[in-house]
Amino acid sequence: MNYIQRIQKKIKDYRESKHLSDNPLVADLQKVLDRQRVLENLNDRISYSKDESVFEGGIAGPVCFPLSTKEVQAIMKVAEKHERHVIPRGAGSGLAGGAIPLGAPIVIAMTKMNNILEIDIDNRIAWVEPGVINLELSDHLRPLGFHYAPDPSSQQICTLGGNVANNSGGPHCLADGVTDTHVIALEVVLPNGDITTFGGIDAEPTGLDLRGAFIGSEGTLGITTKIAVRLTPNPEDVQTILISFPTMRKAAETVSAVIADGIVPAAMEAMDQRTIEVIEQHIPSGYPSNAGAVLLVEVEGLPAGVEIEALRICEIAENHEAGEIKIAQTSYQRDALWKGRKSAFGASTYLAPNYYLHDTVVPRSELANVLDKVNALAEKNNLTIMNVFHAGDGNLHPLLVFDANEEGTLARVHEVAAEIVKISLDAGGVLSGEHGIGIEKQEFMSQLFTDADLDHQNKLRTAFDPQCRINPGKVLPTGHSCADIQTLNKIPEGTWV
Amino acid sequence: MGLEVKQPIDHRTEDFCSEVGVDGPVAVEGGKTRWNLNGLPSENTRLLKAPKGILSAKPEEMTVTVLAGTPVSELHKELQTLGQRTCLPDRGGTVGGALAVGENDLSVLGKGRVRDSVLQLRYVSADGQIISSGAPVVKNVSGFNLHKLMVGSFGTLGLFAEITLRTNPTPPTTKWFTAASKHPQNIFNNIYKPSAVLWDGETAWVQLEGHQRDVEQQVEKLLTIGNYEEVEGAPGLPRCRWSISPVEASKITRKETGNFVASIGVGIVWADKPQSTKEVDPTIRRITNSLKNEFDPTGRLNPGRYV
Repeated sequence: MNYIQRIQKKIKDYRESKHLSDNPLVADLQKVLDRQRVLENLNDRISYSKDESVFEGGIAGPVCFPLSTKEVQAIMKVAEKHERHVIPRGAGSGLAGGAIPLGAPIVIAMTKMNNILEIDIDNRIAWVEPGVINLELSDHLRPLGFHYAPDPSSQQICTLGGNVANNSGGPHCLADGVTDTHVIALEVVLPNGDITTFGGIDAEPTGLDLRGAFIGSEGTLGITTKIAVRLTPNPEDVQTILISFPTMRKAAETVSAVIADGIVPAAMEAMDQRTIEVIEQHIPSGYPSNAGAVLLVEVEGLPAGVEIEALRICEIAENHEAGEIKIAQTSYQRDALWKGRKSAFGASTYLAPNYYLHDTVVPRSELANVLDKVNALAEKNNLTIMNVFHAGDGNLHPLLVFDANEEGTLARVHEVAAEIVKISLDAGGVLSGEHGIGIEKQEFMSQLFTDADLDHQNKLRTAFDPQCRINPGKVLPTGHSCADIQTLNKIPEGTWV
Repeated sequence: MGLEVKQPIDHRTEDFCSEVGVDGPVAVEGGKTRWNLNGLPSENTRLLKAPKGILSAKPEEMTVTVLAGTPVSELHKELQTLGQRTCLPDRGGTVGGALAVGENDLSVLGKGRVRDSVLQLRYVSADGQIISSGAPVVKNVSGFNLHKLMVGSFGTLGLFAEITLRTNPTPPTTKWFTAASKHPQNIFNNIYKPSAVLWDGETAWVQLEGHQRDVEQQVEKLLTIGNYEEVEGAPGLPRCRWSISPVEASKITRKETGNFVASIGVGIVWADKPQSTKEVDPTIRRITNSLKNEFDPTGRLNPGRYV
């Protein structure tokens, strides 16, 4: 049974058992939003029951598209009145199931709040709405001499609100930091409908850093309605270098050696042999197809430093058995080198129709050992694996490529994924570098944190959302969550389906 | 206490946890460089020292793990031998104190913000347990960011024991330049990422860092906007600290502040007069109180201090 068939059955079973035909909830939502901005038909709701991950949860309740902070507040009040859960959603490009509804919550899709509100060059910030697409902001800023630094691989589709929820990273976060370094203030609607602003554009806002606590909370503390982001000046010079290696081990050792040498490139991305082959077969980008691995390194800043550091990186690479070294001479060549990297996940579909993109972080010095173990694990389980990842900050992205229609394959993929987590944690790493915990890794949280640690995380959650109204059942594992995860997995009594 | 830990905990952290215990008002005394901020601990508060020592410094990982009572100067001295530095201000205080207060160094544009540099924090909770948040790696989105919440919490939610910070390579060259200036904001139109721009209403000081040739090239640009000369370092700073927007800092006057030195592009102003107290939004107050109730229901951690 495929996903659509499964969810249709879920709904049919529920209808037969409950005979519910009307729901005052929808009527109340349609009083606070235009009728056409509350989706209630089955097909729409099926679409909003899924994100880019391989996970399944419950089904979307009514799907709302607010246009303003006040409308988000009004939806929260309706939810409170009907004692219904709420789940915020951006583009749905998340890979950990953070935007998948559990139970049948009201879905608040933020994609129509997509205006760039203000560019304040003097304060070097921009106020934007959460539905603005990441890349569109940078495209807008670049002619003004600035950009927005975090650049997730999904930046052509992902929203800044989603980036805030996941504290998203990207290839260029190695030197500049991830989302929380670049977001200085947030207007939010809290679970009780209160509207407030965390952080501020002044240098050191007083009080607790609620902004810092909110970013990366995966939509469980409130709903972001405006975001103040820092503008990063465009670099005066950039060099992009593609370095081939006989093995991934040599590439990984080069990464550690470069950082130990006191160089922090803007980006340092690694791709393994299979990835290179797939890219070159389907989206030719000038990668050496006989290499065991490549590093794509970018150095940026002022011209002398860029030149000195680029030369030094090449020298270090040569000391680690580097083969061909290609330096982009034009912006066209640079774009071509990046095109391969950015197309890698898409290219994987030439191998098989489905993929599970994993995300863990390990100390850089452990990269080579961990990759050896991960590759051996995939081979033992007869799964195809591609490795394309942010090597500079030790952020692994093993990509398991498979056909979900083959009986038992998905179960095997999940087993291997669990093992990858264990291998990474044993190496001193963490569960996720940029995708978040969502429902993918919540039960692994106990492998990284003690019971007391997790209870303290839940205290933070509870202080913001004592009723556990927003995106319940995510991040924290059973026994530490404010929500009863088992109950959430059933569709609640009185739900209109 | 400190039951079932996932990563080894230093015995000094365990000892500190025992000292904190489970009852009675308690606070930690660092270098007392910012002791008078946000109230003083109430009279019957037991004052403890956090443990000292550098547990590991890994330039290849860009991390350092340090016990909270370690003086910032000692940490920086050790890191200097490894070609690394942190963003913590060195004012004679401790690492834990710098995090509890959360104020940035005057070179924040070059070094980064304190709130962004904490990768892992171990603190002792009000009920005497060692709690870990974050991890000693440079990138991590595994769970809620308690360590972000704790920076600037003045020891009112937990008492800091052990901290892993992100480090950065020390730039090959650091130089300060000064000249008369009426419009310090102009410096940003000419200079790429200065590490600090300070201004007292008449004179600007610019800190440039990086490779020697780049610094020289930037100096040439500075000379097109003023008669900049190299100086030893930053000017002396008045006692009071203001936090305003970058634009406001470039327009501030002595009438408002008395003598001042403003951090242009940042919004910190050191001034003779104190900044008037800002009103706290009632919703922020409500959440702050909820957090205090969750983390310290009996109010034993640093009583008398407020955030």
